[in-house]
Amino acid sequence: MYLKKILTVTSFLVIFFSLIGKVYSIEADVFVQSTVNRAAKTLSGNFSREERIEKLKDIARDTVDINGIGFYSLGVHKKKLTKDQIIEYKEVFTKYFLKSFSSRLAEYSNPEIEVNSKKIINEKYTIVSSALVATDSRPEVKIEWRVYTKDPDNLLIRDLIIEGLSLARTQKEEFSSIINSNDGNVEALLKNLSDFSAE
Amino acid sequence: MKKFLITFLILMIPSFAANAGTDGENNLSKNPKPVKDCFEKLNRGTFALNQGLDKAIFKPVAKGYRSLPPSIRNGTSNVLVNLSSLITIPNNILQGEFKTAGVNTGRFAINTTLGIFGVFNVAKKMGFSEYKKEDYGQTLGVWGVGAGCYVVLPILGPSTIRDTAGSFMNLVGGDPWYNVSTHGNNEYLNKSDYVLTKALTGVDFRSKNLETIDNLEKNSMDFYASVRSLYLQDRQKKIKNKNSSIEIIYESDDGDWEEVQTQ
Repeated sequence: MYLKKILTVTSFLVIFFSLIGKVYSIEADVFVQSTVNRAAKTLSGNFSREERIEKLKDIARDTVDINGIGFYSLGVHKKKLTKDQIIEYKEVFTKYFLKSFSSRLAEYSNPEIEVNSKKIINEKYTIVSSALVATDSRPEVKIEWRVYTKDPDNLLIRDLIIEGLSLARTQKEEFSSIINSNDGNVEALLKNLSDFSAE
Repeated sequence: MKKFLITFLILMIPSFAANAGTDGENNLSKNPKPVKDCFEKLNRGTFALNQGLDKAIFKPVAKGYRSLPPSIRNGTSNVLVNLSSLITIPNNILQGEFKTAGVNTGRFAINTTLGIFGVFNVAKKMGFSEYKKEDYGQTLGVWGVGAGCYVVLPILGPSTIRDTAGSFMNLVGGDPWYNVSTHGNNEYLNKSDYVLTKALTGVDFRSKNLETIDNLEKNSMDFYASVRSLYLQDRQKKIKNKNSSIEIIYESDDGDWEEVQTQ
């Protein structure tokens, strides 16, 4: 009898907290929209270029799976890395990514992005579809956001697919090209990443 | 002679592409093999030459074009897109997309007449579906022909053996606009009109992508590899004729995402 009560209470608590978790976890499309709004606010705000870049880096640290993208970008070469190289790679990749990300976005002044729909692929991924609204100088650009949803309380962007072209895959192939053209030496990539961030 | 050349090319290409990449199975039923960069050293040289030409000629021309009023640029772009229908429609048919061929024929007829030679996209206002360009390289891909090696052509830029062979189809009867302007034997059009439209297509594309290309170059450690990746992804997407790229990217995913640790 006593055991039955404990089981009932425990079951109730498990269900209750899992429901609470679902209520408070953010939907992928809302997450993307809020990220876009945050970036738009930064880009349209009255900031110097340096301030803008720092704010964009903060947004990337909060919303992008930088480590995940970094290891994905290594592809088959990640198995070659020693423990020390992994630590160094994480450091130089993060610097490279933040610089590249903020520098790419900082060129835009107040881009208008409309979030249109989402497609849940599986429990780990949702694709959110959006469009960068056309201006006089360029046509509309379709952007899909690959959101990693494994932890519903900590959604992270893993890829941007612009007009059907994956940025993560492009980066992976670029890294592979650098390593292969240096006889498979991963150190060449580490040096390139380091040099890029130092420029 | 022309018919013979077309037949010869169609018959020849599958056999040599089979050597280039297929294993006898339908390429579209499984993950495509990565396209090899067999002539990388030469390609990088040509790429550098094209970049030089771009900086000296194409980019400044595209910037000048960008300074024209939007109505003129949009009108020009519409005319060029309308002309491209003449290649798209036969390729829709060759790919078995008869309904799309019908829609594109209707669109071409409306825009050429009511839209005054395509200057105005009247069909869009009438509710026609979004237009998607097709070419002979894509058709060969749909038929299961492998891409062959990646190549960079002088001036024309990235391509593959298959796509280059596809482009030749335009010059051997596959492009009605080329046929009419070059061999039409009329007093209104000549070869220079064809060359002009091709040059304008390049300038229009470059002007629409001025910032994007600059941005990509500035943020790439190996710009050549980035362009190669983007070109091959784009062709893969177009050959699969999918509205969304999600399936293609997941299909191509080799499980590397599954192994990565998150933050």
